[in-house]
Amino acid sequence: MKDLTLETLIAVFEEMYGPLLFWTMVAVAIIITLAFIFVLIRDRSIEGRYLARAELTAPIGAIAAILFVQNITNSGFSDIGGPIDVIVVLLTGVAGAGGLIFLAYVVQAFMRQPGNNRH
Amino acid sequence: MKHPDRIALSRRGFLGMAAGGMALAGAAAPARAQKVATSARIVILGAGAAGTAMASRLVERLDGATITIVDGRKRHLYQPGFTLIAAGLKPASYSVSSTGEWLPRGVEWIEEAAAEIDPEANRIVTTGGKTVAYDFLILASGLKLDWDAIEGFDMALVGTNGIGAVYAGPEQAAATWGAMDRFTDEGGKAVFFRPATEMKCAGAPLKYTFLTDDYARRKGSRGRVEIHYAAHNKSFFSVPIVNEKVRMLFDDRGVKPSFDHVLKAIDPGKKILTFATPEGDREMDYDFTNVIPPMVAPDVVRNSPLPWQDGPWVNEGWAEVDKETMRHVRYRNVFAVGDIAGVPKGKTAASVKWQVPVAEDHLVADIEGKLSPAVYNGYTSCPMITRVGRAMLVEFDYKNNLTPSFPGVIAPLEELWISWLMKEVALKATYNAMLRGKA
Repeated sequence: MKDLTLETLIAVFEEMYGPLLFWTMVAVAIIITLAFIFVLIRDRSIEGRYLARAELTAPIGAIAAILFVQNITNSGFSDIGGPIDVIVVLLTGVAGAGGLIFLAYVVQAFMRQPGNNRH
Repeated sequence: MKHPDRIALSRRGFLGMAAGGMALAGAAAPARAQKVATSARIVILGAGAAGTAMASRLVERLDGATITIVDGRKRHLYQPGFTLIAAGLKPASYSVSSTGEWLPRGVEWIEEAAAEIDPEANRIVTTGGKTVAYDFLILASGLKLDWDAIEGFDMALVGTNGIGAVYAGPEQAAATWGAMDRFTDEGGKAVFFRPATEMKCAGAPLKYTFLTDDYARRKGSRGRVEIHYAAHNKSFFSVPIVNEKVRMLFDDRGVKPSFDHVLKAIDPGKKILTFATPEGDREMDYDFTNVIPPMVAPDVVRNSPLPWQDGPWVNEGWAEVDKETMRHVRYRNVFAVGDIAGVPKGKTAASVKWQVPVAEDHLVADIEGKLSPAVYNGYTSCPMITRVGRAMLVEFDYKNNLTPSFPGVIAPLEELWISWLMKEVALKATYNAMLRGKA
């Protein structure tokens, strides 16, 4: 790529998903991140119980992300042809796992009763 | 000493070096922020990939220019999608949008084809008889698929009698998939080839050969399928290192090669292809084929003074432009971009993406009374599909050097999933961004 700037990347992603879906996804990602920071400040610590439970969802997030990419692209595991392909699969899995961990943690933290954060 | 731009470039390069890095940095940073005020009349012939991208970029660079785009076609076709349509992976509608939706505000669209170009008088005439005068002309007319040059070919037969024609359009590409799907069910003999002229995406005939092999394997019919590839000269691909890789892959997949075969005629009834070869005509029977006709410049360009006047392209009619600046060598206010440009490599959307900013920069520099250092090095790319799910991201330049965008990360001559992902997911988005002048 000649001019792979942030502007170009955003333009490409807007075309890929449509501007509405793309910016909705960006907004959702930002909201989840902000919510995580919010509960972090509110609780003043990472709640080990929530984190442990959230981490249980990691494999689901990882597998879901990988299958999602394969599903939208007419391709599968047998198409992995070189090291970079393995890296792409792993990164996709990490992204899926990370996303779901954050989400699961935030959901649990919001569901608990206020003022009941010490056990 | 034929190309004044080259002299200017080298002079500028020398001055740049003499003035040190500061001067170079200054020259490299384009004046994106400030638009150039001008009353120039710019006519763009053709609203395909190159013409539309150029219009979008000029609107961003210029203030006050009259930009007119001339094209009678209502449909805009995303041609890199034809292979995916012909592989049954996308519907015909995948490649179809409307010309109007991509044209930026501030551009006048004359919905007629050009009938005459007069670069001496700086004007064009449309098929409707409108005369449009210009200060700058951007030739982006694309090319003509010369179906009439193939004796016996009938477009109405595409999709029947084992006849495919991926290049003909999205509907024909879909019909070709129908024929390929049946062929790989039933088995028989497939014959693929390419024309001897310059052509759009010279990798596409090879991709379709690989895809047919892949479908036969997936369906378990490969044992009943014979696949031949008849090259027009002594190689499969003009870049030697890529050609060698294709030779190995064809060997691996059991594709039988022939060389120096150029299609002359097709007999749909008897299912026979006739090729001209150095040893005289040779007939090959087929059960499935992908007809690709010779490609030439559109008549409006061929009948103008703009084509090459000597050399190998006289009969094909490509515009005689400097291969580094895209500027016409005889008419300095004329530029050619995209398929119509008479340059040694390209005729792909990737070429367009790299050519358009160069021509644009020279045009804007002309308006400003400056010289542009922008140079096109022949870069083009071809996501060479080798099966559904894998491709080789082949990128190269005029010198036949490989120019990988991600060296050390995405190997250009390996069949990779990531290269397929790029073709299937990112390419159309990048293309659309290019049409909007943003990539």
